[in-house]
Amino acid sequence: MRYVDKTVVGLSIAFVVLLFADFFMAEWMRFIGLQSLARGAVALGLLVLWRTGLVSFGHALYFGIGAYAAAMLTLVGYHDAFFLVLAGTLASGLLAFLLGFLLRRYRAIFFALLNMAFSMILYGVIVKTEELGSTDGFSVLTPTFLGYAPQGEAVQTTLFLFTLVFTYIVTVGVHLYLKTTLGGMSMAVRENEIRVEYLGYSAEKVIHVKYVFSGLVAGFGGAIMALAIGQVDPDSMANWNVSGEFVFITILSGIGNVGATYIGALVFELIRTYAFEYAPQVWQFILGGSLLAIIMFLPDGIWSLIDRLRKSEG
Amino acid sequence: MQELIVILVDGLVFSSYLFMVAVGLTVIFGVMKILNVTHGSFYAFGAYMSATLIGAYYSTDWPEFGGFLAIFAAALVVGVFFGIVLERGLLRFLYHRDEHIIVLATFAMFLVLEDVLLIIWGTDPYFAFEPMTLLGSVDIVEMTFDVYSLTLICLAVVVGLGLWLGLTKTKWGKLLLAVIFDREVSQAMGINVTVVFTVTFVIGAIMGALGGAYIAPTISVNPGIGVEVIVLAFAVVVIGGMGSIPGAMIGALLVGISRAAAVHKFPEIELFVIYAIMAVVLSIRPEGLFAPAQARKI
Repeated sequence: MRYVDKTVVGLSIAFVVLLFADFFMAEWMRFIGLQSLARGAVALGLLVLWRTGLVSFGHALYFGIGAYAAAMLTLVGYHDAFFLVLAGTLASGLLAFLLGFLLRRYRAIFFALLNMAFSMILYGVIVKTEELGSTDGFSVLTPTFLGYAPQGEAVQTTLFLFTLVFTYIVTVGVHLYLKTTLGGMSMAVRENEIRVEYLGYSAEKVIHVKYVFSGLVAGFGGAIMALAIGQVDPDSMANWNVSGEFVFITILSGIGNVGATYIGALVFELIRTYAFEYAPQVWQFILGGSLLAIIMFLPDGIWSLIDRLRKSEG
Repeated sequence: MQELIVILVDGLVFSSYLFMVAVGLTVIFGVMKILNVTHGSFYAFGAYMSATLIGAYYSTDWPEFGGFLAIFAAALVVGVFFGIVLERGLLRFLYHRDEHIIVLATFAMFLVLEDVLLIIWGTDPYFAFEPMTLLGSVDIVEMTFDVYSLTLICLAVVVGLGLWLGLTKTKWGKLLLAVIFDREVSQAMGINVTVVFTVTFVIGAIMGALGGAYIAPTISVNPGIGVEVIVLAFAVVVIGGMGSIPGAMIGALLVGISRAAAVHKFPEIELFVIYAIMAVVLSIRPEGLFAPAQARKI
C-alpha cells in the first residue's frame, strides 16, 4: 500500500465524484470543468518543471501544437477523440524532446525567455498561414469516441468523461513519480545543481525528462481544449499571454500538490468567466488584480491555505 | 542596389523604433534585474497620451512646431507617474522574491493597465498625424520616405548616446554601475540603493513611454499595441544581452534590418524572423551577444 497516500485517495474521491456529477452538471459547468482540466494539465507540467526551479514563459507552444495537431487531423478526416488527443499529445512531446536537448542547458530567466521565443515562432507561423485561417483560426469538427458518435449535449458529456479518465491517470502518475528518487531529484536540482552532479546524477537529464513530460501534458491540454471549444485560433492558443496565464495558474495553485493545479485552474476559469460575463470592460483588470493579490498575500498559492488549516488543527 | 538602399533605410527606421522601445527595458533589467512586462503599458500609455496631447495642441493656434513638445511632455508625464507609482507602490515589496514571481507581478500589472487604458481612452483608434504631415516627405532612390520616420533615427542615436554618456561619464552613472556590479557592497559603501532603484525605474519608464509617444503620429493608436510591442522589446533585449545598452543597439539593428529584408524579400516570414533570430542567438550565446559576464555561485 505504499503507493496509496492522502493525495491519491483525495484525487480518487474527486475523480469518482466528478464522474457521477458529469451526468447531472449544467452545460456551462461542464464547459468550465473541461477547460479547467485542460489548463490544469498544462499547469501540472509547469509544476513539475517549477520543482526544478525552472519556469517556462512559452508553454503555449506545446498547448498550441496539441490543439492545432488535433484540429488539423479533423480536417483531413480523422474524428476519433482517442486518436486526435494521442496525436496532439505525441506531437507536442516529440517537439519538447527535440527542443529539450537545447533548452536543458538553460536556467532561470533565459530558460523562460528561450521558451517564449520558440512559442512566438509558432505564433508567427500560424498567423502567416492562410490555410490555417491565419488570425481567425478554424472550426474543429465534432469528435467520435471509438465509433460512438454522440450528438448535442452528449458530445460534451462524453468528452468530459474521456478527459477526466486521462487527467486522473496522468495526475496520479505524476504524483507517484514525484515521490520516486528521480522525482525527488528535482528539488535537489533547484537547490544546488552542482552537488547533484557530484552525487552522480545528471541534472540536465533530470530537466530533460521533466521538460518532455511538461510538453506531453501541455499537448494533451491543448488537444482537449480544441475539442472542447470546437475552434482553434492563434491568439487564445499560442500567443505569449496564454503562456503567462499558465504560469498564473501555477502560481495560483502553488507547487505543493498535484491536485492543487486543477483547483487553481478552476479558480482561474471562474474568475475569467465571471469577470468576462459581468464586467467585460474590466475583466483583465480583475484577472491581473487577483494575480497580484495572490502574489502579495498568498505567496505559496491556494494549497498553502490547506496547509495552514492543517497546522492550526494540529 | 536600389532595393538594398530601401531595405537599409527601412531597416534603420525600424531598428531605431526597436531600440527606443527596448532601451528602457534593458536599463531596468541591468540595474534592478527585473524583466518588466509593464513596459508594454508604458509604451501604450505614452502613445495614447501623446496622441491626446497632440490633438489638444493642434486645436489651439500656437506655433505648429510646438506639437513636438507635446510628444516629449506626454512621455515625461506618463513615465514619471507610472514609474514612481509602480516602483514605490508595488515592486519594492517584491525585491526579495523569486525573479519569476516579479515577472509575473509585472504581467499582472500589465493586464490591469490594459483595462485602465480602455477605461480612459475607449476602444476607438486615435490619430495624431499633424507632426508627421508637418515634416513632409523626401525621395530616396525613387522611394518616398516621410521625414518624421527618419527623425526617429536621430532620436534613437541621441537617446543611446545620452544614456551611454550618462552611464560612463557622470558621477550618477558610476554610482549606478557600482549598484549593478554589487548591490550589497554599494549599499554598505553608502550608496542609497533605494533612490537609485526608483530613479532607474522612472528613467526606464520614460524611455518606454517616449517610444510610444514618438511613434504615435505614424500609427493608428489602438488597444493591443502594448501586447505586440512587449515581445518585440523582449526579443531585442535578449538578443543584445539583457542589461547592455550597446547590446540593445546591436540587437535592434540586427532585428530591424533582418525584418526589413524579410518584408521586401519574403513577406511571409516577416513575423517570425525576429523570434527565429532570437532563438538562434540564444542557442549560441545564451546570455545574449553583449551580456556582462556573471560569476557563478557554487
